[in-house]
Amino acid sequence: MKRWDLRRAIPVVLAPLGALLLAAAVSSIALMISGKDPFAAFSAMFDYAFGPNSGKDVTTEILNKATAYYLAALAVAIGFRMGLFNIGVDGQSRLATLAAGALGAASFLSFMPGFLKIVLIVLVAMAVGAAWAGVAALLKVYRGVSEVISTIMLNFIGGAIFAYLLTTDRLGVKAPGGEIVSTPILPSDSWLNGFVLFPGTSNRVFDFIFVAIAMGIAYWFLLGRTRFGFDLRASGMNPSAAVASGVNAKRMVITTMLLSGGVAGLVALPEVLGRDHAVTTSVPALGFTGIAIALLGRNSPIGIALASLLWAFLDVSNLPLDLLDIPKEIVTIMQGVTVLAVVVAYELAARISRRQQQRRVGVATGEAAIMTLEIPAEIAAKPGVKAVSAEEGSDSSEPSSTPDGPGRHREERA
Amino acid sequence: MTADTMLTPTPGGATTAPAKARRWSWPVILLLVAAGLVGFAAVRVLTGADDITSSGAIRAALAAAVPIGLAGLGGLWAERAGVINIGLEGMMILGTWGGAWGALTFGVWGGILVGALAGALGGLLHALATVTFNVDHIVSGVAINILAFGLARFLSSLTFANMQGGGDTQSPNVQSLPTISVPGVSALDGLERRHWFVLSDITGVLRGLMTNVSVLTLIALALVPITYYVLWRTAFGLRLRSCGENPHAAETLGVNVYRYKYYAVVVSGALAGLGGAFLSMVASSIYRESQTAGRGFIGLATMIFGNWRPGGLAAGALLFGYTDALQLRRGSESVHALLLLISAVLLAVGIWQLVRGRRVAGAVSIGLAALVAVWYFTTDAIPVEFVQATPYVTTLVVLALASQRLRPPAADGQPYRRGDS
Repeated sequence: MKRWDLRRAIPVVLAPLGALLLAAAVSSIALMISGKDPFAAFSAMFDYAFGPNSGKDVTTEILNKATAYYLAALAVAIGFRMGLFNIGVDGQSRLATLAAGALGAASFLSFMPGFLKIVLIVLVAMAVGAAWAGVAALLKVYRGVSEVISTIMLNFIGGAIFAYLLTTDRLGVKAPGGEIVSTPILPSDSWLNGFVLFPGTSNRVFDFIFVAIAMGIAYWFLLGRTRFGFDLRASGMNPSAAVASGVNAKRMVITTMLLSGGVAGLVALPEVLGRDHAVTTSVPALGFTGIAIALLGRNSPIGIALASLLWAFLDVSNLPLDLLDIPKEIVTIMQGVTVLAVVVAYELAARISRRQQQRRVGVATGEAAIMTLEIPAEIAAKPGVKAVSAEEGSDSSEPSSTPDGPGRHREERA
Repeated sequence: MTADTMLTPTPGGATTAPAKARRWSWPVILLLVAAGLVGFAAVRVLTGADDITSSGAIRAALAAAVPIGLAGLGGLWAERAGVINIGLEGMMILGTWGGAWGALTFGVWGGILVGALAGALGGLLHALATVTFNVDHIVSGVAINILAFGLARFLSSLTFANMQGGGDTQSPNVQSLPTISVPGVSALDGLERRHWFVLSDITGVLRGLMTNVSVLTLIALALVPITYYVLWRTAFGLRLRSCGENPHAAETLGVNVYRYKYYAVVVSGALAGLGGAFLSMVASSIYRESQTAGRGFIGLATMIFGNWRPGGLAAGALLFGYTDALQLRRGSESVHALLLLISAVLLAVGIWQLVRGRRVAGAVSIGLAALVAVWYFTTDAIPVEFVQATPYVTTLVVLALASQRLRPPAADGQPYRRGDS
């Protein structure tokens, strides 16, 4: 089979573009109803993000935001590929970040060189995230609890534990003269200082962007090039076939959830290691954002990258809208409509391509049926009968009804 | 969800066993209520945590239970028709805005109406996506939550920002709904203050339930039996539930499954919207951003806790509302006092199990009772963060321990297309 089948590629590109256009249209209408100029809004956003005045700073920030979004979406996508919903990225990343940040700043580890400590922080975050996701996996495998519900509940429980631990009595400290409670500042040799991508700005791109890229490549390799990935995708596409071919369903669920949670543990680390150098109460809640981006990017590593860049652009560049007296929440509406529209668009695209496929099958089987059936000589002799009956067969959208389509047709003729 | 089918060896194996429903007769229920009251009274007297049965706490518990219960009822309607509604939270958010805006524009009754309508619109969108376009129910719900948050913010910055005392994230004060008191009950105030054993507790509960009750609370309370009646005692309800159990069978009997699913999900949204309107009109008499604070998800949890039945759902909502209300009334001490009660109940259950010859279950119960008692006697208070997490932990425990007894609708969350069987 051809690797780049055009008929398959078109819906993949058209569906997100169509969804984006629809979202832009909906938000434009909302803006027009409220008496604002949508074009002014969009051009202000573009100008702010890429224009000569603030473009370099803002593009850097978009890249930084997109890094976190990419990790969150990747975590969700791993589950999606085998039909698991990890809605618990929030809770997983919260607990993971707190554990990693507190350990990294702990005084009993001060002998450790900075580089090793960064590795330790990353590993601890992945382990804690995986463990919290593992609770949901075990509940699912051994107690039959749907992971949708359990991860939602674990989000709230994780949030409560986070709030309990991040107080001055326990893991938190108060910055001198401030009211903000955070974990102690990490030693400066374990900071990731980032790099300047665009000359002429002091804003730095997080080094963690490379970790995100590496995760994307690992995701692609694991799912597309290994036996495990094949089993995982097979379980997602056709569970009973996967089980029949010897996939251990329980182990598959647990491993997938652990992997997903492990990646989720990394979500807040770019900001902690690269900018804040401590864990504050404002760990970003990116669970639902991750789901939205994974859907928009259709679980493909490159699609997710584009989607997270777009999401980050929308989130960062809405700042100047306030100056124009335009509610910047229009961006959130746009994001919501995009997600809803894109899933509907994929569904419609899948329906259309299914119908086309059935039509092709119908044409093929129709011709075969005509040839194998004993056709009375006088009908077969009539010109055009074969062509007409094949068309009739293809009009039916049900594959089961296509083989008898020509036959029924023949009876009517006779 | 596809992964679920992998874990069940035979399709539908878990659901084919007939669920043996135990019927609670009225004397048993009354006896349990009385025993509960005496238990609470004893704990109050022993620990001095007066707030656990004070009229204020009970009133607050009722007020906290209403939005949770309404969201739960919303979830019940949708899931009984086979549509999972994770978007309850978003529909509630729409309801908070709708309630406040409607009340400010058309008066209080307008607020109730607009709140329910706003939620119903969210439900309509969910129905459009899940029923017509066959989008995954969870995905659509997530999208609706994102969308509703942005929409409520956008709308409030358009409407409330221009009003006196309002802003982008909050509305001016909303006129409050009329309240109803049963005459005579408020005269019992003196009795409650004596802190007598049992008597003061009863008056506290009565005063909490019967004085200054908002009309919307009464509507919400009435909606529980109404839901039961409509879904379980009418032909409409039978058809609606059949869409959640076996839509293809319903289809062969001439039920228009699409239409019933639409009805269910729109009603579901309206109920969640009403819950939102309660938050902005009664509970705080102001619209504030992020006011729902995950109550839509707790609603979902109460529905599971109540085994997809209205009665159990109401009990769950009251339980979660009670923990929610205690938080605000010296929460760490009050809930700490309840540990004693939990320990006593576990002990009683353990002894009962031993008497019935179940050694393992009895021993586990008594062991847990001892642990809880140790927890009670070695600490002075429960961290308030853990009190907040009670509903979620309870739901997980119920799901983990009783998942064999739970019986969700058989076709819950499954895609359906006409003529596709």
